[in-house]
Amino acid sequence: MELASTREPAARPAASGPEPPRPGGSISIALAGSGGSGVMTAGNLLLDAAARAGLYGLMVRTSGPQIRGGEAAALLRLATVPTESLDDGFDLLLALDWQNVNRFADEIPLRASGLLLGDADEGEPPPVFLAGGARFVSLPLKKTAKAIRGAWTNMVALGVAGRLAGIPAQALEAAVQASWKRDAAGLEANLQALRAGFEAGGAVEAGHGAPALAPASATQGTTPGAAPGTASADRWLLSGNEGAGLGALRGGIRFVAAYPITPATEMLEWLAPALTRVGGTLLQAEDELASINMAIGASFGGVPSLTATAGPGLSLMAEGIGLAVSAEVPVVIVDVMRGGPSTGIPAKSEQSDLSFAVDGLHGDAPRLVLAPTSITDCVATTQWAVELAEATQAPAIVLSDQFMGQSRAIVDRPPDPGFAARRLVAEADAPDFRRYRNTESGVSPMAIPGTPGTVYTADGLEKTEAGIPSSQARDHSLQLDKRERKLRQHDYGRWWADLEGSGDAAILTFGSVTGVAREALARLAAQGIALRLVALRLLAPALPEQLAEALAGVERVLVVEQNHSAQLFRYLRAMHDLPGRPASFHRPGPLPIRPGELADAIIEWRSR
Amino acid sequence: MNQLALGEAAPPCAPLTAQDYKSNYKPIWCPGCGDYTVLSSITKALAALQLRPEKVAVVSGIGCSSRIPAYTACYGFHGVHGRSLAAATGLKVARPDLTVLVASGDGDGYSIGGNHFLHACRRNVDLTYIVMDNHVYGMTKGQPSPTTEPDWDSKLAPGGTGLRSFHPLVIALASGANFVARAFSGDPNGTADILARAIRHPGFSFVEILSPCVTFRPEQRGWKERVHGAPVEATDDPARAARRIMTDDGFNLGVLYAGDRPAFPGPARAASASIADIEAEFAP
Ligand SMILES: Cc1ncc(C[n+]2csc(CCOP(=O)(O)OP(=O)(O)O)c2C)c(N)n1
Ligand code: SF4
Repeated sequence: MELASTREPAARPAASGPEPPRPGGSISIALAGSGGSGVMTAGNLLLDAAARAGLYGLMVRTSGPQIRGGEAAALLRLATVPTESLDDGFDLLLALDWQNVNRFADEIPLRASGLLLGDADEGEPPPVFLAGGARFVSLPLKKTAKAIRGAWTNMVALGVAGRLAGIPAQALEAAVQASWKRDAAGLEANLQALRAGFEAGGAVEAGHGAPALAPASATQGTTPGAAPGTASADRWLLSGNEGAGLGALRGGIRFVAAYPITPATEMLEWLAPALTRVGGTLLQAEDELASINMAIGASFGGVPSLTATAGPGLSLMAEGIGLAVSAEVPVVIVDVMRGGPSTGIPAKSEQSDLSFAVDGLHGDAPRLVLAPTSITDCVATTQWAVELAEATQAPAIVLSDQFMGQSRAIVDRPPDPGFAARRLVAEADAPDFRRYRNTESGVSPMAIPGTPGTVYTADGLEKTEAGIPSSQARDHSLQLDKRERKLRQHDYGRWWADLEGSGDAAILTFGSVTGVAREALARLAAQGIALRLVALRLLAPALPEQLAEALAGVERVLVVEQNHSAQLFRYLRAMHDLPGRPASFHRPGPLPIRPGELADAIIEWRSR
Repeated sequence: MNQLALGEAAPPCAPLTAQDYKSNYKPIWCPGCGDYTVLSSITKALAALQLRPEKVAVVSGIGCSSRIPAYTACYGFHGVHGRSLAAATGLKVARPDLTVLVASGDGDGYSIGGNHFLHACRRNVDLTYIVMDNHVYGMTKGQPSPTTEPDWDSKLAPGGTGLRSFHPLVIALASGANFVARAFSGDPNGTADILARAIRHPGFSFVEILSPCVTFRPEQRGWKERVHGAPVEATDDPARAARRIMTDDGFNLGVLYAGDRPAFPGPARAASASIADIEAEFAP
């Protein structure tokens, strides 16, 4: 086994040195401040304005371990092409104050050409950001805001950042207007603050050469048919958590029970009103044990059901998920992964629940495990999970993660692939009805309470085909085989993975790291290095034949993931015959893997 | 009130009898176990209400008592230990047209499932929660449960636990249950009557049924001499009910409290938007 371990995150990756080509052109901006300073609001409005100006983009939220209060930063990357990954370095860091901002030194590496903007009235800027060559420019953010009655400093900052990012004033104003519907006086004051900031940004531009900040090939307002400042209905502002919620609705989920946990909570907060509006119900359960069992109870009643959680909650649900396996009740569990074990790092991303998801139940318990490959794909993958769970009458775990879940992106409207809950249901008075009948596909018609002539008892105990508890060896092996076969034999079509690129070497990955890998591969392709990318959407059941086909002609594979113990690498090695000498690139969170870091690792791996 | 279920109960021809609610499976309880008569009280109550068997679901966890679902001719859900109330809550909220009964034991319901008990009372979903209390873990062969007397000697707690026993009825009242009653398995007619009233009562109904475990607590055979009917009618004042329950001898049978809190989640709401409406909100 060859483990190219880079367990220690590279310190401040690629802050200096020659800049790699940025496909399509993008600009990276960080807004930082102490909790409550409004940086997240400003970041969201900047993203909104960028969408109105026809750009794509991504905003990642980051904060200390406290979730509320303390330091906070909005990390934005605005681009002319869809973007799913942060860049290696930042062009601009705008700090509303210096309190604890140096905690972000690793997370916000400033490019050599970058600018650090802040209030000199707040004291000296942290030198750590200037070490790589970036320049400091002082702006009277607070004073400017104070001079306008009722104005907020973060709106001044929004004006500065928007101007330097090349976003038209019209788009910025439209974003502010849309978010300030109720308070007319407040709106006027803050539009003034925005304009003051926009002007100040112009002065910075004049004095410090903003062209270095402009995206290489960005032309603003390029969305077909959309004038700058006009929202395009074909562009959405979407977070992965909202995307997963929408996928659930599209798939037909009409019952959700869950217990709040970071970073899954926003999915529930989005779903609570949305579900009610489409005639469904969301219950806040007393804990995760209740959540999963409530969802199973509702699904037993015939209503497609879901629960969402993060690592600690998934652990608590393990027994319930096993019940869904044994009783053959469809249910979807969205696990928004965060750093672990235990409560770990709640508001930061990692991909370390994979082993638990694929292996972490007692007994032989076949289940579905899926992972979206981007924020947009959170919609389709969750929707597919609903269809698969219903079609196979099994639990489906969707491994989202904090990076996808809590980040918002400007994306093209996610198409609806049409996945929908279609459960094989027993007809009334079905002759010789046996709920757990060993059919050829392994899926047996499920009787829904209320249906006459097919009453049965759903059971977590091992059982006969009729559903009567049994400890006979024959019944046990028959049911184990049936439950495994129905998942193995299902036709997953082309959706099991995203296959891209060509070449005799392949990168295998899953989840939000896919976006990073895509960008690394694009950069390498620009240097004439061709690679294949296999981003697995279906992790369990393993599909060895499909993967072998996708890897035909491949001589070497590199498995890329964000965790400490190379969980995907070990899982793939156990389930598949990977070609050549499979290698692993893995490191834990919470720092995101950067495209340049991965591209370097791939070059190093190729030379071995 | 189970409006829907009762409304659809019109018997097609001959009225249903208790036998029509029994499955073909022979119960595997010890001879003399109180749970046999709990089963017949449930089927008698269902016959009294003339509910279509397929419109009734019986949900349980794990324990001797939790075997009940498969012995009825209703839809059954035999899940994991302690989580019956959660599964039943999901089922009833998703399918308000069904009548949902929950069968549990004192270990299943008060120990591993204790938190769900509190919250089910609070939530007040229209369920009928039947706990067969034998003050012992029957299925795992005789360990103390939350309702076991402090000095009861067992292998796992030699000389007794020394712990004060749990008072489920008062806890249910304090947590917001809408209907609280005590019954005795040795009195199947009285129990069936209480169960029928509990099923009919809207919101969360809690019925404690004293049901002897003759194998691990043979002295419980003497319960039939100790039980007695409630001296007064049910009250709708929780404080009065609590006082009465706290000062009785634990063998006082009958409906002890019947409240009028509206059941959760209220009438099902029809869809007010399409998914396309919701999607439109993602555009900036
Ligand atoms: C998670 C879990 N822990 C422990 C058990 C073992 N177990 C099965 S039944 C039971 C106690 C049942 O006692 P009670 O609820 O009083 O029911 P009875 O058998 O007396 O009717 C226990 C501890 C289990 N099945 N699952
Ligand atoms: S062990 Fe006790 S509770 Fe269980 S069946 Fe026997 S008598 Fe009944």
